[in-house]
Amino acid sequence: MKVYIERTDEWKEVNAINVQEIFQKLKINPTTVIVTRNNELITENTKINDNDEVKLISVISGG
Amino acid sequence: MACKKCVENPVIQLPNSNVNLCKNCFIKYFEKKVNKTIGEYDLIDKKDHIVVACSGGKDSTVLLYLLKKLTEKRKDVKITALAIDEGIKGYRDKSLDFLTNFCKEHKVELNIFSYEKEFGKPLDEILKSYNGVPCSICGVFRRYLLNKKSKELNGNKLATGHNLDDESQSIIMNYFRKNIKLSARLGPITGIIADKRFIRRIKPLYFLTEKEITSYAFLKGFMDKFTECPHDADSYRAQIRDMLNNFEAKYPGTKHSIITSFLEILPVLKEKYKDEQEIKSCKICDEPCSQEICKACQYAEEVVKNFTR
Ligand code: SF4
Ligand SMILES: [Zn+2]
Ligand SMILES: [Zn+2]
Repeated sequence: MKVYIERTDEWKEVNAINVQEIFQKLKINPTTVIVTRNNELITENTKINDNDEVKLISVISGG
Repeated sequence: MACKKCVENPVIQLPNSNVNLCKNCFIKYFEKKVNKTIGEYDLIDKKDHIVVACSGGKDSTVLLYLLKKLTEKRKDVKITALAIDEGIKGYRDKSLDFLTNFCKEHKVELNIFSYEKEFGKPLDEILKSYNGVPCSICGVFRRYLLNKKSKELNGNKLATGHNLDDESQSIIMNYFRKNIKLSARLGPITGIIADKRFIRRIKPLYFLTEKEITSYAFLKGFMDKFTECPHDADSYRAQIRDMLNNFEAKYPGTKHSIITSFLEILPVLKEKYKDEQEIKSCKICDEPCSQEICKACQYAEEVVKNFTR
């Protein structure tokens, strides 16, 4: 599925069945982002499908 | 797994626990937690005029929204928004646009003060002739204006969006750099009522993590496309932040532990440093300081030359 990383403004193709796996594969620390699927907030154990649009939004405030 | 409290789909797993909550239950949990902090630490008194330090970022926007909401029924408490425009193109101009609209929509009085007007130049210009770390001079100017302007607005308290992440970083930074004296000025409420030169500061989001605040902002629709400051941010703080986040991922609860342990020793620190340093008034501007001339006036003179106030 396509995963959007807000902080760096890039799309990545990731093979994963849930959010946890996305974190592992992209080496992202779960405490630093919130995750949305089709613009709905989801938890880490949520199962995801190949056609879902997943976004990782940074929680770190800049400045 | 459904929400622990109802049957809706969960939107968040609370930090440091296995509890999953749905949108409505999370919003309730969040607001209750802010309310509890306000109650436990007496952050709001009768007849308070609370000036909220806003940047247009998510923390202070959530703070402003909640203070307004939680004091809705209290006719004696006044809430005003205060923002500092450092003068950072492509960053603060955008976030202040967002804030201006937000305040209009939520009927909050907003006051914006700029470095350009107060110190003669916007930050982008100041930094052209300043070789130090941007955040040092920027931080001095901002703290200075926040204290001074909130008093001028007749506020008696200044609320800031500091959260559990910010605070645990500050605590560890002060340890690592042997600045424990600075930690005596941390905590959910600071300042002494007797010294009118310092506005009291309150931090209602003290026990909430950045992740919880971002989730709340998202669910409430307060999310703008938040950008980051283009000037090199405080890299020491950034390293501490990354270190704590790595620890938190491995050992959930680390940040909460830092805060809880710190709050236990805070009264001792406050007592120890209570009258260690005599506080003078700046010869130029009359604001409180430790030397003859305050840091902001010193910087203004050195860096923003040919500017007289
Ligand atoms: S990151 Fe540093 S330079 Fe940028 S606004 Fe914050 S304090 Fe100022
Ligand atoms: Zn629920
Ligand atoms: Zn001064």
